[in-house]
Amino acid sequence: MTVYVLCFALFLVGVYGVLTKRDLIKIILSTGIMGYSANLFLILFAYKKGAVYPILSKGEEIKAMVDPLPQALVLTSIVIELGITAMLVALAIKLYEKYKTFDITKIRRLSG
Amino acid sequence: MPVETWLLFILSYMIVGSIVALELKNILASIVSIGIVGLGVSISFLFLQAPDLAIVQFLFEIFALIILVRAFAKREYHEEKAARVSGVMYFITVIVLVAVLVVSIPVFRALPPFGDPIMWVANYYLKNGAAETGSANLVTSVILDYRAYDTLGEVTVLFTAILGALTILKVRSKKEEREEDEDE
Amino acid sequence: MNREGMTLIVRTVTRISVWLIILYGIYIALHGHLTPGGGFAGGVIISLAFLNVTLAYGRKFTSRWLDIGLLGDIEASSASLILALGIMGMAFGGGFLANFLSHGKLFHLVSAGTIPIYNILIGAKVGMALFVVVWTLAITRIGEEEEQ
Repeated sequence: MTVYVLCFALFLVGVYGVLTKRDLIKIILSTGIMGYSANLFLILFAYKKGAVYPILSKGEEIKAMVDPLPQALVLTSIVIELGITAMLVALAIKLYEKYKTFDITKIRRLSG
Repeated sequence: MPVETWLLFILSYMIVGSIVALELKNILASIVSIGIVGLGVSISFLFLQAPDLAIVQFLFEIFALIILVRAFAKREYHEEKAARVSGVMYFITVIVLVAVLVVSIPVFRALPPFGDPIMWVANYYLKNGAAETGSANLVTSVILDYRAYDTLGEVTVLFTAILGALTILKVRSKKEEREEDEDE
Repeated sequence: MNREGMTLIVRTVTRISVWLIILYGIYIALHGHLTPGGGFAGGVIISLAFLNVTLAYGRKFTSRWLDIGLLGDIEASSASLILALGIMGMAFGGGFLANFLSHGKLFHLVSAGTIPIYNILIGAKVGMALFVVVWTLAITRIGEEEEQ
């Protein structure tokens, strides 16, 4: 259970970064931290004590294996995160070209 | 040592690393220190018996580092006040986040304990996966056979994200276009 | 030495290692149904190999060495081939994205029906898409430097 709590604490560090930082780059890094902890939580939840990875190998009898389903879901999630990071970086670069700053309190027209 | 002890060590290391990465003044050092978290996740995947994910997470880390450094490291960077909000609001934010963590502990107590998951669907996959799909890697058999719709959706989302990034980067502001027209 | 890219040492090492990296990516993608790895990991490794060339030799050389438009076409066509393979599953296997080819023997390279084909297509899709985005980021920075 302590492992789950620590993983959630990592998520909250990401939330802290999004809420209090005024730098676009650090906000992108904070969303990355939140993504890492969400992925890790799914895999923590699927671990079975004493089990091995879910890949059969030649000449070995089937032992206890961990759950392959969350691993499959997280595999797609990691790649999507990479695409999202690329898109956020592109947005930040465009904002920098227009306003010449990464400081979100100075990017006035977005706040309405 | 049991797996849980290793994980506690790696997770506390990752929390310290993420706080350091967010609080550092130098942006290049900040981008590099976020690697502590990513590589820690990769090592945790190895301990949790997920080698597929460890490979992909490691590559993700390298790729994200290259993208961020190429995009941001050489730009002029003005470090200003660290926090977006004033002093009182900053402390209230931190107190609320800590309170959320403390309040959520009973929720985690209600979950199945670590190392003893509910495996109703997984048992079917583990028993019949190799015979029904012919794939020795059961993760691949789930991704590309049992749950291929998930992968199709993933491909679509990735395609859309990349398309969005290309559109954002290639679009030019009206002012630039006007200047070009005047030049012609 | 006013050339683009990095020093002679990095260029020489890159010239030897880039082929090994591409080979490793193809291996990871092809053996996705036998060993850890798969299409996603293989595609990212191949795009990292191209990125290695871009960083070591500069943009001009890379745009001569690689046809970037062709890479974009490969990306789009593998996305549509995945859909086409799914519809073929509907015609021959009884459901969308069904595994309609023969499963073969366990632990053989050519086995598991359509899974290796999907792995190759997804590897091409993911790798080319990520490389094209990084390439466009690099191009954007050129324009900005010229303005200043």
